[in-house]
Amino acid sequence: MNNSLASGLRRATPQLISLAVILFLNWLAFPGFFDLRIQDGRLFGSLIDVLNRGAPVMILAIGMTAVIASKGVDLSVGAVMAMAGAVAATMTVEGYPLMAVILTALAVGIACGLLNGFLVAVLDLQPIVATLILMVAGRGIAQLITEGVIVTFNDPGLIFFGTGSFLGLPMPIIIAALLAIAVILLMRRTALGLLIEAVGVNRSASSYAGINSKLLLIFVYTLSGFCAALAGIIAAADIRGADANNAGLWLELDAILAVVIGGTSLLGGRFSILMSVLGAIIIQAMNTGILISGFPPEYNLIVKAAVIIMILLAQSASFAGIGGLFVRAPSAAKKADAS
Amino acid sequence: MNTTDELVSARDIRKAFLGYKVLDGVDFSVRSGEIHALLGENGAGKSTLIKILTGVHRPDSGTVRVGGEAVVVRDTLHAQQLGIGTVYQEVNLLPNLTVAENLFIGRQPRRFGLVDRKTMSERAKVLLAQYDIHIDVSADLARYSVAIQQLVAIARAVDLSGSVLILDEPTASLDRHEVELLFSVMRKLRDRGLGIVFITHFLDQVYEVSDRITVLRNGRLMGISPTAALSKVDLVSMMLGRTLAASTEREKQPETERREPLVSFSNYGRSRSISPFDLDIAAGEVVGVAGLLGSGRTETARLLFGVDLPEKGSATMDGKTIRIASPRDAIRLGFGLCPEDRKIDGIIGDLSVRENIALALQARRGWLRRMSSREQAELADRFVKALDIRTTDIEKPVKLLSGGNQQKVILARWLATGPRFLILDEPTRGIDVGAHAEIIELIKRLCHEGMALLVISSELEEIVAYSTRVRVLRDRVHCQDLTGDEISADGIMRAIAAQTGATA
Amino acid sequence: MSNRLLPFYATLIICVLAYAICVFQFPNMFSTRVLGNLLTDNAFLGIAAVGMTFVILSGGIDLSVGSVIAFTGVLIAVLVGWYGVHPLTAFVIALTIATAFGAGMGAIIHYLDVPAFIVTLAGMFLARGMSFVITTESIPINHEFYTALQGLYYRMPGGGRLNFVGGVMVLVFLAGIVVAHFTKFGSYVYAIGGNRTSAELMGVPVGRTTIAIYALSGFLSGLSGIVFSLYTSAGYSLSAVGVELDTIAAVVIGGTLLTGGVGLVAGTFVGVIIQGIIQTYIVFDGTLSSWWTKIVVGFLLFAFIALQRLLVYLSSRKALAGEH
Repeated sequence: MNNSLASGLRRATPQLISLAVILFLNWLAFPGFFDLRIQDGRLFGSLIDVLNRGAPVMILAIGMTAVIASKGVDLSVGAVMAMAGAVAATMTVEGYPLMAVILTALAVGIACGLLNGFLVAVLDLQPIVATLILMVAGRGIAQLITEGVIVTFNDPGLIFFGTGSFLGLPMPIIIAALLAIAVILLMRRTALGLLIEAVGVNRSASSYAGINSKLLLIFVYTLSGFCAALAGIIAAADIRGADANNAGLWLELDAILAVVIGGTSLLGGRFSILMSVLGAIIIQAMNTGILISGFPPEYNLIVKAAVIIMILLAQSASFAGIGGLFVRAPSAAKKADAS
Repeated sequence: MNTTDELVSARDIRKAFLGYKVLDGVDFSVRSGEIHALLGENGAGKSTLIKILTGVHRPDSGTVRVGGEAVVVRDTLHAQQLGIGTVYQEVNLLPNLTVAENLFIGRQPRRFGLVDRKTMSERAKVLLAQYDIHIDVSADLARYSVAIQQLVAIARAVDLSGSVLILDEPTASLDRHEVELLFSVMRKLRDRGLGIVFITHFLDQVYEVSDRITVLRNGRLMGISPTAALSKVDLVSMMLGRTLAASTEREKQPETERREPLVSFSNYGRSRSISPFDLDIAAGEVVGVAGLLGSGRTETARLLFGVDLPEKGSATMDGKTIRIASPRDAIRLGFGLCPEDRKIDGIIGDLSVRENIALALQARRGWLRRMSSREQAELADRFVKALDIRTTDIEKPVKLLSGGNQQKVILARWLATGPRFLILDEPTRGIDVGAHAEIIELIKRLCHEGMALLVISSELEEIVAYSTRVRVLRDRVHCQDLTGDEISADGIMRAIAAQTGATA
Repeated sequence: MSNRLLPFYATLIICVLAYAICVFQFPNMFSTRVLGNLLTDNAFLGIAAVGMTFVILSGGIDLSVGSVIAFTGVLIAVLVGWYGVHPLTAFVIALTIATAFGAGMGAIIHYLDVPAFIVTLAGMFLARGMSFVITTESIPINHEFYTALQGLYYRMPGGGRLNFVGGVMVLVFLAGIVVAHFTKFGSYVYAIGGNRTSAELMGVPVGRTTIAIYALSGFLSGLSGIVFSLYTSAGYSLSAVGVELDTIAAVVIGGTLLTGGVGLVAGTFVGVIIQGIIQTYIVFDGTLSSWWTKIVVGFLLFAFIALQRLLVYLSSRKALAGEH
């Protein structure tokens, strides 16, 4: 056990160092960064803020990790967030009980995920193409639900999901943590994780080995839809309203970025939910850092672009270097085989 | 030998990839006005030789001469300039462009700086008329049959290069009529003075159209001969002859009485893949499948395992009717398949040896009943020992293992499921001698332990060593069973070379 | 008739039908005035969509389009408004930057061999971020040259006005059609989209062409930004959010295969017009809200992707059947 913990830490070294550097810079910019205090039985402080603000992307990244591990991508999560938020807000305003509101909103996410999964697994569409459809139409549907206005609500039950606290921690953090634990258990205590990785690395060989790859693909997109709906509920509860135009805008890209920072390859295969969550925290720490150091929040985008380019360069350097040895060797041998 | 009319010649070509000798002192030449068949099984070195002639690879040693002058072919473009054009089996044209664009891409006629589509079409028509093809050249290439596409590719290659034309398995997906069309074009080009290199695995076609034959095996030149002077049996023995030295002695098989079949397939077939066949396999029996490349061996395996679905026929196991609609169905029945293409259909490269071994068993148990890492490790350790899989540890990604060890990992994957019927498609291809002998021993052992096996192989000695029965395939037809004393390398070769009469 | 043109004809029929329905319901829509507005209102979308057509034809995607439009607008507004640069000079500067930006992305895509969507995603962040860094405010553009350009129009029979930006879009589409079908570059784009490996074997300069494709998309996004600034008389860093999705939708609805290799620039024009008709209908109706545009566009997107899938499936079956 100790062994696997140590190797896990070793693998996470670049990410942990990046996070430490970012947090350190944040501390330089704002000396009170690491201060925590308890007020009304609840923890406050910039660190808690980072986690709290980062929770929706963490949740999206959890589902996105599974999708990317299967060699796919889900561009629709932002739009699904908007839809789920719109459903939750509208139903709350109309007086439905909290339980029904939550379940319906989650069901919307699951339905969207099933649609994406069907398009990818059964119709064999490229994931980018398949999920693009909902990315475009989803926001329109969300506006249809809210009838184009920002639906605000005052139901304390729903608001609790966004701004409430439990055991001194904000609810979004609790929910993200519980979801991460649940999905990690689901992936690693059952064989799902291994089977998804196998399909992501080599779908053909996986079906020769008797894996039902279609069902697995549908599952990962459904999980992603569910996560997006959950993030949508939290985002709506946080601002006490559903803004169909802006809820979850560009968050699909943040989620993909979090997964990539976490080290899961866009080509599918090995994944780690925990690392993706760490990736989401890194992104949010950057956002917060830019904010508190007095730079306009607009710099965020440039920093994100720089991060993507750096990761691409690093990956291609490792392909050309260490990777090249391994990648090239079998292909040359294969040419020899095929002659 | 008259060397003056040699268009292209290669002398003493050697080439190795990662220390593995792919070509070992091979000579080859093409004369003006001949169709020269280049033959050999998989791994013989045909493709590498072609790639050296067309500049894709550089030889480690040896010389290539074009028109008598030694040259270093830099790349395909340079080969084209030297007059060597190639048409590959998978037509390497662009089906989404028009026929004319395919013929002239990159050198379109222009007028006022813009592509002159009208002139281009006219030139395309004139060009294709030489081949008696009269089609709408402004239509997408995809609209036409593979045969026409093939001819367009030839027209393009000849137009660009004009002295040597290399055809890499051009007839693999053509019907009889289309093959004849192609042959008439080949003859016409030969009469025009071109040298044509014809790679195929259909022996009848070799005798029908070629003037000279070069045979390669395992990277060595086995012989060059005028077609008329080489009998079919001699040709097959050149291609498949003895290669293995030790450990392949045929055991004296106990003459067993006819056992009840474990699985039996009757009238099983799929059009354009393999003609309907009957096949019974009993427990403790190894059925060897022999035939040249493209004779329907792999197609048979895919059909039996449910990768492809049979269009007709039925199957029974233990006397009960079974239906195999997917590999999952087959696995549930206790089947296993080690596929021919290990990298594409076999290993999951990024996953560890441990996971690769456990995968099929895990898939059969279902996702809910996960094998713990310890269970997987125990399983993997057991098979790493039993099959002598050489890896530093079981957590190593399987893509880093050698070919032979990868093959053993896939075998272990199936043995872990305790299969009753195991299909092995070319289990010893591309692996080193040591692993080779071990896999042959393993096949014998599994048979003794009562498993039913179907083993496809190009190595005749190997088939002779372990088979209780040999099924011979020819031109996508299961055509003969050899039993008892009939099983010998010579016997199999004769069966493969036997005249099929009127081919389909 | 080629199977591959079927999506284009389907689009054309849908476009005509949609327009007929509109005219049936609102006879006022049958006028060149509406047509002129349609062209003006969608000019920036159409210009960017031409670039996107080339990108998608080559099997790629460009997510940076909307951001580059905003960036160009802001850059020009600041150059003209704050630094007194003549708009023409500003145009040249902006177009040069946008083209270089696209070429850079193309080079990364080709040489690092990474998926286009992740590279252009970085480009999207970068361009949007740069425009934010220049200014977050909406900068009005007041210059007599702008007023003059905005005042240019051609009076169509029936009183409709084809003004400058609409005219630019039409010219860009015409040029796009010529480039796609009558230049080597155009045939290279189709070739790479059809099959990169085959294209390379046939001597297509894949690297140079890939870079040129993204440079073209960058250039046209920049031009689209200029047109957008003429249309709104301002530069604003938050403008044109999500335009990349609209352009992709226009391209796909126009019958271009998202996997590349098949499609027509003219189809994209019809795709843009269909989106415009839907918007105009909503305006005429008065009670419907603008979000219906997205839903209908999303539905059309789905319908066209499904149609293409079906055609690919059918043609592969036919090819198999024809083999024997």
